[in-house]
Amino acid sequence: MLFKFPAASLAREDEVTPRELVLSRRTLLAGGAAAFTAGSLTGWLGLAQAAAFEAATTVKPADAKLDAVTPMKSATTYNNYYEFGTGKSDPADGAKALRTRPWEIAIGGEVAKPITIGIDDLLKFPMEERVYRLRCVEGWSMVIPWIGFPLAELLKRVEPTGNAKYVAFQTLLDPERMYGQKSWVLNWPYVEGLRLDEAMNPLTLMAVGMYGETMPNQNGAPIRLVVPWKYGFKSIKSVVKITLVKDQPPTAWNSSQPREYGFYSNVNPEVDHPRWSQATERRVGDFSRRKTLPFNGYGEEVASLYTGMDLRANF
Amino acid sequence: MATDLRQIANAVLTARAAKPVVFAVALVPLFWTLWLAYSGELGAEPVLESVKQSGLWALRFLLVALAVTPLRMLTGVAALARLRRMIGLFAFFYAAVHLSTYIGLDQYFDWPAIWKDIVKRPYITVGMGAILILTALALTSTNGMVKRLGGKRWRALHKGVFVAGLAGCLHFIMLVKGWQTTPLVYAALCVGLLAFRRWPLRLPNARKEPRTRPAAAPGSEAAPAPRFADGSSPARRS
Repeated sequence: MLFKFPAASLAREDEVTPRELVLSRRTLLAGGAAAFTAGSLTGWLGLAQAAAFEAATTVKPADAKLDAVTPMKSATTYNNYYEFGTGKSDPADGAKALRTRPWEIAIGGEVAKPITIGIDDLLKFPMEERVYRLRCVEGWSMVIPWIGFPLAELLKRVEPTGNAKYVAFQTLLDPERMYGQKSWVLNWPYVEGLRLDEAMNPLTLMAVGMYGETMPNQNGAPIRLVVPWKYGFKSIKSVVKITLVKDQPPTAWNSSQPREYGFYSNVNPEVDHPRWSQATERRVGDFSRRKTLPFNGYGEEVASLYTGMDLRANF
Repeated sequence: MATDLRQIANAVLTARAAKPVVFAVALVPLFWTLWLAYSGELGAEPVLESVKQSGLWALRFLLVALAVTPLRMLTGVAALARLRRMIGLFAFFYAAVHLSTYIGLDQYFDWPAIWKDIVKRPYITVGMGAILILTALALTSTNGMVKRLGGKRWRALHKGVFVAGLAGCLHFIMLVKGWQTTPLVYAALCVGLLAFRRWPLRLPNARKEPRTRPAAAPGSEAAPAPRFADGSSPARRS
């Protein structure tokens, strides 16, 4: 099934920042940063120029023209994948150990036709490329061209029963290769969950690749969830199990720190994380921060899912 | 530690070049990070990385400064104390860089947002407290200030370094997601260094060496007379 999305939430290829502009920005940043710490006046001027440039180009943060695709190198070297260590650059190296074949997802629970489906069959779903913003709860964001198929297509195949209200996801548990699972930073395996209507929303993607390539291990190979209007930790990586359930399932970060991470975790500039303001974010590669948009800019597509809900209480 | 080794260590540390060398070495992290930033090797998020690196180095120098006295007690190398002030000042320096990069690069002088951060986010409140303490200590680190405050009051004030060290570690623990190992290791080191002052350990082979705590008490036992003995140096007081 092909969807046509409003331009406001989707960056097209012709809308990306021209390379020369990006480069000139880089130069300003590098020069400014170097001189800044040296404390010289010219350093401050350099910074001011960079800021003026940013100000001129970020008048409308919602402008899709600013959603330039993040360089692949950034998206593959700056990762939160605690199964491979808590440092941002740990997964790029550590995830080399991940074995992505053979791979199966067991789909069951409140369904008429439970299945265990292998990765080769998953790769036969009709694929689409989707350029999505990814907003991390830590206050940074990226724009990533994913390749995948709507989760709805997969769920339709197992025929959820009337009892199915939520969808629970689980990452591979393999402490031998995922050495981070030997630490107690979270309860392993990593689990996540969506309400069924969230899971069936056409934006919700099962991704098997990005940047036109097979999914790199550190980004959640061989198959991961992508929910672009929620904080990044909802987009669970390396999925092995999907269970349709009656009650709201536990989620890894919520179980670990319920005060800080809610079940919904929709991107919401109005609701601060106790430790981070969520009002602004820095697009990776940018110098200055930009305003964070409600539902990460996908309000048109998903706000209706939460009509009448107190999003402050259900954060 | 054997007496001759201790003498060599003392001689090296009291050499004229000792302080300039330590000064230069202490600047390496700064210039290394600047070089990485300049050559685009600071990763995908250079702004956050520079905030993080400066903070880490502030904490590291603070722990090294806190390690001077235990190390001196343990080894009997009294001349270590000569370097303590400079190391402490570098902890302050990197903390100042940390604060500046947060204000200038991360928040880009968005003062309302910064103020909100300070009052609303406990880890930033705690970190800011640590920096305020370090600032007070740095401002009173000169020999002149020791004289003006008087040794007793100066020492009492500079006990604040223990609070700053603990606050810095707490800041680190609180700012990461979940219970991560690295910040806990820093905290354990800090607590260990403080506890050492209360319950000093002695190296087995140093059992017969004189306790060096009385470095400030001239002529005690067989403590080698420090060549830098000028009663005014705050670095000599623990």
